[in-house]
Amino acid sequence: MGDRVFKLVTGNRLRDGKVVYFAGDSAWTPTIAEARLVEDGDGAALLAEAQAGPPPHPAIAPTLIEATRDGAHVVPVTLRERIRACGPTITHYGG
Amino acid sequence: MYRYDEFDRKFLEGRVAQYRDQVRRRLAGQLSEDEFRSLRLMNGLYLQLHAYMLRSSIPYGTLSSAKLRGLAEVARRWDQGYGHFTTRQNIQFNWIHLEDTPDILAHLATVELHGIQTSGNSFRNITTDPFAGVASDEIEDPRPYCEIVRQWAALHPEFSFLPRKFKIAINAAGEDRAAVMIHDLGLYLRRNDQGAIGFTVAVGGGLGRTPILAQTVREFVPRRDVLAYITACLRTYNQYGRRDNLFKSRIKILVQSLGIEKYRQEVEAEFAAMGDEREALALPDETVAAMQAQFAPPAYADAAGDKVALRAAIAAEPEFARWVERNTRPHKQPGYSIVVISLKPPGRPTGDCSATQMNAIADLADAVSAGEIRVTHDQNLVLPYVRQGALYDLWLRLGAAGLATPNIGLASDIICCPGLDYCSLATARSIPIAQALALHLAKREAEIGPLQIKISGCINACGHHHVGHIGILGLEKNGAESYQITVGGSDAAQAALGGIVGPAVAAHEVIATVDRLIDAYLRLRHDGEQFPDTYRRVGLARFKEALVVAR
Repeated sequence: MGDRVFKLVTGNRLRDGKVVYFAGDSAWTPTIAEARLVEDGDGAALLAEAQAGPPPHPAIAPTLIEATRDGAHVVPVTLRERIRACGPTITHYGG
Repeated sequence: MYRYDEFDRKFLEGRVAQYRDQVRRRLAGQLSEDEFRSLRLMNGLYLQLHAYMLRSSIPYGTLSSAKLRGLAEVARRWDQGYGHFTTRQNIQFNWIHLEDTPDILAHLATVELHGIQTSGNSFRNITTDPFAGVASDEIEDPRPYCEIVRQWAALHPEFSFLPRKFKIAINAAGEDRAAVMIHDLGLYLRRNDQGAIGFTVAVGGGLGRTPILAQTVREFVPRRDVLAYITACLRTYNQYGRRDNLFKSRIKILVQSLGIEKYRQEVEAEFAAMGDEREALALPDETVAAMQAQFAPPAYADAAGDKVALRAAIAAEPEFARWVERNTRPHKQPGYSIVVISLKPPGRPTGDCSATQMNAIADLADAVSAGEIRVTHDQNLVLPYVRQGALYDLWLRLGAAGLATPNIGLASDIICCPGLDYCSLATARSIPIAQALALHLAKREAEIGPLQIKISGCINACGHHHVGHIGILGLEKNGAESYQITVGGSDAAQAALGGIVGPAVAAHEVIATVDRLIDAYLRLRHDGEQFPDTYRRVGLARFKEALVVAR
């Protein structure tokens, strides 16, 4: 896994709450591998770009997070964000 | 069971219409998230890690079969096919879409359910004994009082902006099955020496980052005065409770800083000064009787002879005998039993119930339990009115639905919050820990006997870890999950907060640590003792030693 830490923007989609990532050019994607990754110093600018646009904004609470890249895989640094990216870690959920 | 009147129905329809318009405006961009957040929260809609989460209130944990089918329909049609019963006797749906929520709330309204006051600084669901009305150790059914307090508390104009949320629990039996001592305000129904009904009023209990047990404000408030007296309790909190610091805003902090004596003086002074208002809030006997009529028990059959057939079935089928021993409780009516349905098959998420199972339970409730179901704060369900002659067939049918796990009150009957797998507040996962522990401990739970393990995924303590015989708190330390373990807690009548046994451990060390604590308990316990008894007798040090020696 790469050691370089990138920044990306995540939020939850307004309509259904689904986890989404800012892909640039006003687009949001549920696939983290399609997220726009920037260097640490460019995080603030990326967040500002992600927050721009007319209402209703497609994502709630755009937030800057950290991730590393391993080939095609983008892996968030924190467990919380890895769970957001991949879903609950529980087997057999659903009663 | 309380049935909505025309006013209730009209109010709820109006509220759903109002909310539908709010969602429309939000999706059209006319309301920002900042403007909309409090509106959705007022209807029970939170945003969690993966989706919106809808919490529906289940007043005092009592459900009709129609209500349970209504919840099943939400799970089936608008969620991923299941719901999660919580420690506040409510239900949460984890995969809700905002755009569906007006239809969901409209559907819930048809079965007299809603998400109002499941969030915010308001009165939350009034909780009680899940065996209310049927327990053999009960003085009176507490639910008529729960409903009276619910109606008093619903959208109460004076208390619509409290310093913080406010949880009330009512218990009316010898045993405290409502965890009253960890509530902001608790009422213990009592009969005094003259035979009159009233309440012991306790305030200032709560868990979270500052766990405190409730203290008694007054030993006996006649039932006629109970609404006036709790109004005085709330008025004192509303006036002096802190609003400058979220972490110090609960009533427990106020009572702790004033001291119970000073708080009591303030309440008594307010109560004495209420004058005409006290009369306006008085509960005449007729009002109570009218509410009690709403909770009249079903027409019981003469079932005294059922125990003969039950004894024969128990003798013939050891598995059934085990389930009867673990999952049924004494009923006040001869020939009847209270049945607890475990939502804790080892390895499954605690408190989750599929739509199919909910519908199956609703059908069984209609067949054998007068159409009624209860939710327990331990995250199980109860059929309160089962003839003993129907138990064997019920057991078979529950088994077919995956609902006959015979583990009530045992080590695998774990209380557990959603934790970091779902919850945006969590700092560590709790469900996988509960799953692994339950699978491991199920093998030895007969030897262990009654044991309450409670797990929370953060300091907010939705999993009640402080009052677990063994409590587990998930934390995040240097980017990794770690688990702080306590022993000796209890939410029963002799409530106690657990003591920390040592440094937090990693996830993979939890099972071994719990095993050592249980081994120590089995070594130390005297005949007839349960975990809290042994803990009270030997103290925390003996349990700490067990871990030190093992290291």
